[in-house]
Amino acid sequence: METFFFTIVALVAIVSGILVVKCRNPINSALSLILTFFCLATFYVMLNAPFMAAVQVIVYAGAIMVLIVFVIMLLNLRTDASMRYTHAVTVGSIIGLLTLIEILYFFSRSGLTGMRGNLSPEKVLSAGHTELIGTSMFTEFLLPFEITSLLLLVAIIGAVVLAKRKI
Amino acid sequence: MVPLAYYLIVSAFLFSIGAIGVLIRRNAIVIFMCVELMLNAVNLTFIALSRDLGKIDGQIFVFFIMTVAAAEAAVGLALMIAFYKNRETIDVEDINLMKW
Repeated sequence: METFFFTIVALVAIVSGILVVKCRNPINSALSLILTFFCLATFYVMLNAPFMAAVQVIVYAGAIMVLIVFVIMLLNLRTDASMRYTHAVTVGSIIGLLTLIEILYFFSRSGLTGMRGNLSPEKVLSAGHTELIGTSMFTEFLLPFEITSLLLLVAIIGAVVLAKRKI
Repeated sequence: MVPLAYYLIVSAFLFSIGAIGVLIRRNAIVIFMCVELMLNAVNLTFIALSRDLGKIDGQIFVFFIMTVAAAEAAVGLALMIAFYKNRETIDVEDINLMKW
């Protein structure tokens, strides 16, 4: 049953991913991308990561996509009349397909290595996923977390400087 | 429980679709959205492997990727608006000021 549900969601995710590339109108691409994000949030719930699913919906489907749709409407982009020249489409598609074959080949030929931890669905249910993430982030990953705040500061300053006409 | 391989295959397909989109589209915003699609494919891989290995580290990485994506969205879209103000287009074929 779960595999059946997974298949449906995976098909929707891949078809909407293709629509992101194929749609002529950027707004349609953006809406397809939001659908893909929701499918990925569903996957995260199935993978015992409910907090990540919530963040996916709030940050990606909420904040980032609203920003993109806002910019598309602000710039009043007309329908994209042409793709690149035909040979570029051919070459790009071939490169993309080669990437896919390469990734699938690596998956089929390589085993999974790495240290196993003790995270289990029962632990996620009893302790709460948010608490587990928070504990890990503020102890083991404290320095990357602080660096992230610096990155966000740089992004804010950069966006303001770029958007202003005269400083 | 769905096996790990299925998630990895879906993720591989999404990543390749994103890569093709970056290569064949001309509109800078659509290229940007395809990059977001690739980032999300990687996020799915991280969370699937995190479940499989029983460690939460992968999910913390996803958190950082989301932060970087948000910062990228802010700066990238500001760049596009600034370029559109000057040139009235965001077709990547016309963005050739630094090309030689």
